[in-house]
Amino acid sequence: MKGTVAALLRKELALELRTRESVPAMVMFAVTTYVIFHFSLGDIGGARAVLDGDLAAGVLWVTLLFASILGINRLFVADHEQGGFDGFLLAPVDRTSLLVAKAISLLAFLCLVELIAVPAFGLLLLGPSLWQALPELLLVLLAADIGIAVIGTLVAALAIQTRARDLMVPLLALPMLVPVVLGASRATAPLFAQGGAAALPGDWLSLLALYDLLFGLIAYAVFDFLLED
Amino acid sequence: MLVAAFTLVLTYAPVDADQGVIQKIFYVHVPMAIVALVGFMAGGVMALMYLRTRDRRWDMRSYVTIHLSIVLAVGVLITGSIWARASWGHWFVWDEPMLVVFLIVFLLYATYQPLRFSIEDPDKQARYASVFAITAGAFVPLCFGAIRMAEATTQTHPQTATMTTSSPASVSLVFLVSLIGMALLFITLCKYEMASKNVTANVRRLRRRLAGDDDQVSATGRSAAPQL
Repeated sequence: MKGTVAALLRKELALELRTRESVPAMVMFAVTTYVIFHFSLGDIGGARAVLDGDLAAGVLWVTLLFASILGINRLFVADHEQGGFDGFLLAPVDRTSLLVAKAISLLAFLCLVELIAVPAFGLLLLGPSLWQALPELLLVLLAADIGIAVIGTLVAALAIQTRARDLMVPLLALPMLVPVVLGASRATAPLFAQGGAAALPGDWLSLLALYDLLFGLIAYAVFDFLLED
Repeated sequence: MLVAAFTLVLTYAPVDADQGVIQKIFYVHVPMAIVALVGFMAGGVMALMYLRTRDRRWDMRSYVTIHLSIVLAVGVLITGSIWARASWGHWFVWDEPMLVVFLIVFLLYATYQPLRFSIEDPDKQARYASVFAITAGAFVPLCFGAIRMAEATTQTHPQTATMTTSSPASVSLVFLVSLIGMALLFITLCKYEMASKNVTANVRRLRRRLAGDDDQVSATGRSAAPQL
């Protein structure tokens, strides 16, 4: 299983490295969305239009969520169109390894995107400095990314066989990810507070961790059935 | 069974009407919400049974349960907003986690039918719908557990558990009766829909045999409902 996952992961990363399809699009989308937020929110934060607290956390997470929807949409497209599924099913390996590999690669994409998108957010929109909250913010980002990666892989595998694929992904993924956004934005809001970062609320973080654990197990259990015939 | 349950709900509920007329909607709204949520979870369990046994009837049961739960959920949202309008003055209150979570769950399940509809192969349709039903069925208790945990401090939406224990015996009796009545109504409706689906399938099979297998199944067209 470990070898299979590693091989599949290498394939995913090599594919993304050569085609450069998902990650640049997600980054561009995120940065453009910040610009749109800047103009559509008007001069909430005064002349420079900076955000803090709840509003900053909300803007950050909505942008990251929609950017990740783009990545989820593309996740299985190459396998579906070029017969990657058939090749995988012919190979005598555990099917769940595909879920693990896809989820890890989606997680890697999300981390790459955030590597650029979060500093861009700090530069363009955020009022308080990003540095003071960085360690806690990384923790929240990681917990939320795991949840998004697991649900995203499951939803992408569900939607790839339907006719209206591009429509089904947001329809299925957005309600499922509401707890992630809720937990993540509530947990980040005190970090972006105006007068220095407040303490990280532990219960929201534990909600995120619980969500990750539960849906990781569920996805692990049901993924087999999405890959037959 | 249906008639008995329904008359109980209708005749018993007005007994406790002295707390204002609008309060009576409680006996419809709360049982409906509980039954709908339990129905969603039951649909998930049935979908699990389908994946284990590969018996088409389990998929049919899961579909029927979720389908009727969606209908009930619409009822919950309508009665809830009527009640909210009367007692809080607004149709929908966004700072109420209970309302928001219910709306999210409803939106999630509203995608169940389009999902089924957009998969053509019946086998694949059943499998994918089952995977969705299991995942969403696990989502329901998690969500409601999360709001219980997070928003235990300030809440205007009444909690069912505290309400039934603190209220007088007559109220909880009527509430229990209407809850059982609603559950029986739900089960009966499920049975009716199952029966009607079975009859339709049988009629189609017989008609096909009469026609001498000339025209194929294509006459039925694509549908979101599973076919036996």
